[in-house]
Amino acid sequence: MQLDNANVSLGDESRTPDNAIRAAGQLLINDGLAEPRYVEAMVEAFRDLGPYIVLAPGIAMPHARPEAGAIREGFAVLRLAKPVKFGHPENDPVRLVIPLVGSDDHSHIDLLKRLSRVLMDPDAVNTLLTTDDTALVTALFNDLKN
Amino acid sequence: MKIITTCGMGFGTSLMLLMELQSIGAKHGITIDGEALDISSVHGQNCDAIFGSSEIVKSLEGIAVPVVGIKNILDKAEIEAKLLELVKSTEPGKE
Repeated sequence: MQLDNANVSLGDESRTPDNAIRAAGQLLINDGLAEPRYVEAMVEAFRDLGPYIVLAPGIAMPHARPEAGAIREGFAVLRLAKPVKFGHPENDPVRLVIPLVGSDDHSHIDLLKRLSRVLMDPDAVNTLLTTDDTALVTALFNDLKN
Repeated sequence: MKIITTCGMGFGTSLMLLMELQSIGAKHGITIDGEALDISSVHGQNCDAIFGSSEIVKSLEGIAVPVVGIKNILDKAEIEAKLLELVKSTEPGKE
């Protein structure tokens, strides 16, 4: 699945984790990847399970169970204008929020592989953190062959 | 060795971690038989170790096998170091 320009927002003004997750979730709704209730499920998951979704310094990947309102596999990219603390002892504050919609049968492994390939590349992450060009961001994720 | 990776949902970060472990394992000639489960399904599972993000494994108690918390799921070096450390400590004499 490709990342569309519509799924990228650089410069969101949210100041709390809940708002940041909701703003990121809105990108999923806009692109028909998830229902509004999926977004609420992501917020609730963060409240229940804590900041484990901040997987790496500055990067949060909120997600919920597919049956909570997933429509299609995919993700979006939201960059916060100002870093927001999610409460993770090591990886705070968060700049990039990448909401995920997966599927039960693990067919989204391909999606995860692509995501990790980009996020494990320091140059790519640097681009994500500094560019104002949404096309560049989508190219980063979409240009990966296999 | 059998490793269970876990996260809140059992399909996102746990899968990513499992993929990383398996690829690092392959590099070192270690076959990792793995499963990604959500945190509430982990108890009572038969395995050699449990890996998860450092935040999520904090909530695991009373687990008989080694529980390894990863601070940065995107840091291959951290995952590799912790995997090798685990292998060394559980299989003395083997590589």
